[in-house]
Amino acid sequence: MSESLTFHFDVNGEDFTSAGQASVRFKKNMRELGVDPEIIRRASIAMYEGEINMVIHAHGGVADVEVSEDAIKIVLKDQGPGIPDIAKAMQEGYSTAPDNIRSLGFGAGMGLPNMKRYTDEMQIESTVGVGTTVTMKINLN
Amino acid sequence: MTVAEFAKKYSLEVLSLPAPEREIKGGYMGDLLSWVMGRAKADQAWITIMSNQNIIAVATLIDFACIILAEDVRLEENLIETAKTKGVNILTTKLPAFEVACEICQEIK
Repeated sequence: MSESLTFHFDVNGEDFTSAGQASVRFKKNMRELGVDPEIIRRASIAMYEGEINMVIHAHGGVADVEVSEDAIKIVLKDQGPGIPDIAKAMQEGYSTAPDNIRSLGFGAGMGLPNMKRYTDEMQIESTVGVGTTVTMKINLN
Repeated sequence: MTVAEFAKKYSLEVLSLPAPEREIKGGYMGDLLSWVMGRAKADQAWITIMSNQNIIAVATLIDFACIILAEDVRLEENLIETAKTKGVNILTTKLPAFEVACEICQEIK
């Protein structure tokens, strides 16, 4: 791999039960590229958590992935309500997910912490009323 | 022990078994999906009572050996079909989660 490869995914915010399609497709793409299985696992879980967040909180969004020689970069962008207090949102156990989402097994307050746990770098840029962009990087070496 | 061998030995009902030869190398029990994704490991059998479509995505991403639905939890037919096409093994049992976990323990000690 000498130059970067890019993948674009639309995350549909209408249907919560089918959330995860982008991450599962992403995982397949990475397998085809021959990326190390443990790195694929970490990257796809981080992306899935981000995808779920966009569906729960922001009516969907877009995911752009760039695979270069030394890293996978995932950028998740939504036009949702934004995160007023990022430090609080990063705390394990803190969640603002509604009850119907909790009944599906989400809303444990582990989404953002898992994204941080499974990636090497993570940045959140968020403006209330405008949207949120999460950038994650997973090193390949 | 493979998923197929485990299902047979402990009389679990098979809902989806596209990869019968997968080896069970441990177990994880939990229903909060993000918690599971933060802690579980590949090749484990995942015991849960959750039965919505998201469990198939979680199992695919974590790369579980199988999902075991405890307490006689059932899965809708269309989800069973999805699991088969995605290569996700799913078993179900009337036993409570704790007792299934005990059975897994006996096999992986």
